[in-house]
Amino acid sequence: MLKDITLGQFFPGTSLAHRLDPRTKILLTVIYIVALFCAESFVSYGLMVALLITGVKVSGVAPKALVKGLKPVIFIICFTAVLNLFYTPGEILVQFWVLKITKEGIFTAFFMALRISMLIMGTFLLTYTTSPIALTDGLESLLGPLKKIKVPVHELSMMMSIALRFIPTLIEETDKIMSAQRARGADFESGNLLDRAKALVPILVPLFISAFRRADELAVAMECRCYHGGQGRTKLHVLHYQAKDYLVMAAYAAILAAVLILARFGL
Amino acid sequence: MKPIIRVENLTHTYGQDTPFCRSAVDGVSLDIMEGEFLGIIGHTGSGKSTLIQHLNGLLRPTSGTIYLDGRDIWADPKKIRDVRFQVGLVFQYPEYQLFEETVYKDISFGPKNMGLSEQEIDRRVRDAAAFVGLDEGLLDKSPFELSGGQKRRVAIAGVIAMEPRVLILDEPSAGLDPAGRRSLLENIRSYHRQKGTTVVMVSHSMDEVAENVDRIIVLADAGVVMSGTPHEVFSRAEELVAVGLNVPQVTRVAMELRRRGVEIDPAVYTVAELRKALSALKGGKASC
Amino acid sequence: MADTIIKMEDLAFSYPAEEGNVPLAALKGVSLSIERGSFVAVLGHNGSGKSTLAKHMNAVLLPLGGKVWVDGMDTCDENLLLEIRRRVGMVFQNPDNQIVANVVEEDVAFGPENLGVPTKEIRERVDAALKAVGMEDFVLQAPHHLSGGQKQRIAIAGIIAMEPACIVLDESTAMLDPSGRREVLETVQRLNREKGITIVLITHHMDEAALADRVVVMDGGRAVMDGTPREILPRMEELRAIGLDVPHTVELLYGLREDGFDVPVDALSVEECAGAIVAALSAKA
Repeated sequence: MLKDITLGQFFPGTSLAHRLDPRTKILLTVIYIVALFCAESFVSYGLMVALLITGVKVSGVAPKALVKGLKPVIFIICFTAVLNLFYTPGEILVQFWVLKITKEGIFTAFFMALRISMLIMGTFLLTYTTSPIALTDGLESLLGPLKKIKVPVHELSMMMSIALRFIPTLIEETDKIMSAQRARGADFESGNLLDRAKALVPILVPLFISAFRRADELAVAMECRCYHGGQGRTKLHVLHYQAKDYLVMAAYAAILAAVLILARFGL
Repeated sequence: MKPIIRVENLTHTYGQDTPFCRSAVDGVSLDIMEGEFLGIIGHTGSGKSTLIQHLNGLLRPTSGTIYLDGRDIWADPKKIRDVRFQVGLVFQYPEYQLFEETVYKDISFGPKNMGLSEQEIDRRVRDAAAFVGLDEGLLDKSPFELSGGQKRRVAIAGVIAMEPRVLILDEPSAGLDPAGRRSLLENIRSYHRQKGTTVVMVSHSMDEVAENVDRIIVLADAGVVMSGTPHEVFSRAEELVAVGLNVPQVTRVAMELRRRGVEIDPAVYTVAELRKALSALKGGKASC
Repeated sequence: MADTIIKMEDLAFSYPAEEGNVPLAALKGVSLSIERGSFVAVLGHNGSGKSTLAKHMNAVLLPLGGKVWVDGMDTCDENLLLEIRRRVGMVFQNPDNQIVANVVEEDVAFGPENLGVPTKEIRERVDAALKAVGMEDFVLQAPHHLSGGQKQRIAIAGIIAMEPACIVLDESTAMLDPSGRREVLETVQRLNREKGITIVLITHHMDEAALADRVVVMDGGRAVMDGTPREILPRMEELRAIGLDVPHTVELLYGLREDGFDVPVDALSVEECAGAIVAALSAKA
């Protein structure tokens, strides 16, 4: 069941989306998120949805995989939507007891849910099409200037890429430990909140112990392969912006501008 | 003998409706007899891990039925936990599931989940520890202070303490050194002898299976390709090699001898057997 | 005199003690020279000191007594650390815990990147290394989708890319299934033969030791036997006494000798063993 979580996974491929410079993709994702928060009307949301669909089409990622990625946050989305539904003042449509549903509420709730879902799908599109190493390389390069003020950029990005590398391994391990404890009669589904929290101990303890052991062994393995920090390190893939990067960035910038202008006119 | 577990037409498909969809077990039917020591062999990916996780209801069949004592184990899904107490499953590298502060507490996890009395739990923990050859003195230690081989024994004791009617072990000796492997297998054999419990051992080591079990089931490509006594199975050694499995070294020597024209039963699989057969052959030759 | 790649002299080591315990001596004076280009198997049961010995071969552990030289470099000299580790690569037991990157090619590139190899050359080295272990079709795969044997071959490629003189396999086959073990062993045998890379294989599997040129048996922190597989493996009683197995072929030949067969006991492979038996049978007839 845990295998269903696709968070932070990468689907190797050769589409345009895969071939873009990771820095471009990170910048685009940032622009996309800014644009999402500026979008306020059907027209601008329409633009954003069109943009997301184009992105998905170009990347060749199965839309199902993206929607599946929403599963873990579905509760947050619903909660925000419901909150907005009842607490937005405006023209009252239905009212019972202290709860009233307004026309504005419906719109806001809808837009809020749409915004969060699109935000998540957009970032997933980034992680699905960018190998975690490329992603951290991109971040390291974009954040490079911070090295001057003694921010350990290389170390942070190395930590991040290792964390990403081990997510699938640890998910698999969690699955295995859960099955093993279930085979000894552990019950993770029934009982009250406290019982359920207690039921997690037989999973978490072995998982932590194993994670520490893995970390230990990995550190030795890295040292054996001459890892000694970021100093003097070269790269297999050196980042170069190409014509397609500039083109895509220009297109995005245009869309962001459009959304901003539309917002200016209250659309 | 009557079957304690019957698997009928079991199919399990992972990732249905996705491009990764594949059947790990495909139309498997088999019986596990009360009291027998059964070996299941097959290479990685032959479906053996998926199969055994169906026997105690950890996985639900995509299609097909598992019967325990003639009753469909999924007839009442709420009672599936009882099935798990009756069919104990020890996973591969089970030492990675230890979590309690003491060996004693860890072994008692299963019996506690069964809701047994303190007294009964205590008896079972001590019995189980004895079966796997753990010293009483270790019971109050932390499982994390023990050696790899001892941890493995604690984990196996944790399943034995539930006193299951069927004990399934997935690669119980993987990663142990020769001495550790020998003594652990001896413990399992004597457990089977003394308790008369049904034991199912999954392995890809032919030598290990050959020396221990009454009957072998060979899995390949998600299905059963052979089943029978070790003698029956190893007499088809060529077929085993064809599905990518090793045969015991002794069987290979016998096969090679036959190829060179020595009249010998190719289905021998222990050193003692082959030695006897060869000595008889020599004696026969000397007399004529 | 043959060229030595690793030389150990009176090497002693003990792990730091837990509170209240005496430190556990893992190595008690081991002297050993490993020839360049050889294939050496180090055999021993768990706790015999074989893994501790391996970890001294590229300065993961430093001797508490005695000395270790890699290609003439003292492992205690910190300035030489990188060069020592470049020359002697190490493959560990758990395939999952030594892969750093999420894509095969990036993982293989990790070593050369650390060494500051120019980008263009890294590419060449990665491709050559993957080819050398027969994994060239997996360049862009995610490691967690590979089998255990394939992961270990990736780990080996990651070392090859550093152009080492020696590869130490620290129980690297212990967690693999038979086909994975075969993959890894065939790979290191080929590297030894074709590229002249020295192989040190730490194991407790007798059949693996039979593949080596030389077998060193460890027990109680000491090297207790040292010779060719043909000299060592037939020493059934001694090997059993220190918790190791002998190949079934050897056991069979011993038995047959007792029954009056005139057979040698050092026939290690199935073919040799069968040949010896056939010869003995026809001699009688």
